[in-house]
Amino acid sequence: MSRPEDHLPPDLYYNDTEAHKYTTSSRIQHIQTLMTHRALSLLALPSPSLILDIGCGSGLSGTLLSSLPASSGGPHQWIGLDISSSMLGVALERDVEGDLFLGDAGQGIPFRPGTFDGALSISAVQWLCNVESSEESAAGRLARFFAGLFACLRRGGRAVCQFYPRDRGQREMVAGAAVRAGFGAGLLIDDEGTKSEKTYLVLSVGGGDITGVVSGLEGEVEVEDQRRRAKERGKMSGREKAEMVKGSKAWIMRKKQQMERKGKVVKPTSKYTGRKRRIQF
Amino acid sequence: MKLLTLNFVTCARKSCKTLPAAFPLHPRDAELEIVEMELNPKFLVNILPRVEWQALRTVCQELGLPTLPDIMPVQQDLLQPPSLPGRESESQEGEAEGEGGSEEEDALQKPSQTAQDLHRVLLETTIANGKLVCGACGHEYAVKEGIANFLLPSHMV
Ligand SMILES: C[S@@+](CC[C@H](N)C(=O)[O-])C[C@H]1O[C@@H](n2cnc3c(N)ncnc32)[C@H](O)[C@@H]1O
Ligand SMILES: [Zn+2]
Repeated sequence: MSRPEDHLPPDLYYNDTEAHKYTTSSRIQHIQTLMTHRALSLLALPSPSLILDIGCGSGLSGTLLSSLPASSGGPHQWIGLDISSSMLGVALERDVEGDLFLGDAGQGIPFRPGTFDGALSISAVQWLCNVESSEESAAGRLARFFAGLFACLRRGGRAVCQFYPRDRGQREMVAGAAVRAGFGAGLLIDDEGTKSEKTYLVLSVGGGDITGVVSGLEGEVEVEDQRRRAKERGKMSGREKAEMVKGSKAWIMRKKQQMERKGKVVKPTSKYTGRKRRIQF
Repeated sequence: MKLLTLNFVTCARKSCKTLPAAFPLHPRDAELEIVEMELNPKFLVNILPRVEWQALRTVCQELGLPTLPDIMPVQQDLLQPPSLPGRESESQEGEAEGEGGSEEEDALQKPSQTAQDLHRVLLETTIANGKLVCGACGHEYAVKEGIANFLLPSHMV
């Protein structure tokens, strides 16, 4: 599989043409939205929050954060950081609500301590492992990124970074850098071993308990696939229930059943039930 | 860039991180724009204790905006006092998706004047173009169409 970061630095790869192509692809919109939902459920923010989006691109995740209904703890305010001015340009065209910063996450995160309730990064962190000049190293860039991220989150805050590690070694390097910055860390892998495998690095800043979200706390990094485990157990555990994304189709179906049992009239389920709102352009 | 964001951003240079003068960044040649958005009382309640009030006052003064009170409002100031007449009759009935409807939740639906003013300053007042200057190192960060450029040349990281 060809990896774009092997060929060009991110600000050149995501030029105007690529930024538009990326953002208007319905396949990409769909996948990025699913992953944002997954990240949000792992962040478990109870009420409208201030969120940092690292490598926010054209704001696909941000659109979702801004339109998250109150019943799911939203809408959130967000600040996006990205190294590609073309991607940010598309975000402007899309009229996103978040504030946008042109910046390199490998240079650090320029916010005062305790700024954010939570942070997310979708499909961006693998880019930090590539270095463009002899003055810097991947390890140095990751260290500055995670140190900055750690400092700008509130105590008890979480960060979820979905990324595409090249291999096991790179996955461990990224997770290890987060742990060295002080995070409690766990790795969650969805659909492991399939074409659509997704890796989520779940991080917490002191005080935040992420047992039950992912195992492998306090410096140890472990891998597991919760969803498969839950399936193997054959019934919905308390943990999975807690994990069910509010507003997701499964969640709505469960609510509907509950309401029906109470004798309330509910709208018949259609194929549109619980569908993600389409992203408007 | 919202004034809310300006209340949290610092100079990106490592050598400035610990210097008090590196926050807040000072707007220069700023072109302001009001971008209206829906008031979210719960967000205001959440963010208020994290706002650096004196920094916000300084920035407002530098931008020529009306002077903010000396003392930062507290979370209670964001909620309409419950004794206010007319409150009962105004409450929406038949809201199917009502959320519990606790006292606090109810009050949150009626933002006070303070909440509206804060919303205006923090979330609707934006810097569309201009510069942000670090008080410690003097570095200028350009803001164009609301996007702040925080890329540093490698010798400055
Ligand atoms: C695959 S896109 C994902 C964009 C967005 N998160 C989404 O899900 O649609 C990867 C993004 O990471 C950004 N990126 C890469 N390296 C970066 C860095 N060092 N700092 C900030 N952003 C970076 C790229 O410019 C690009 O917009
Ligand atoms: Zn400085």
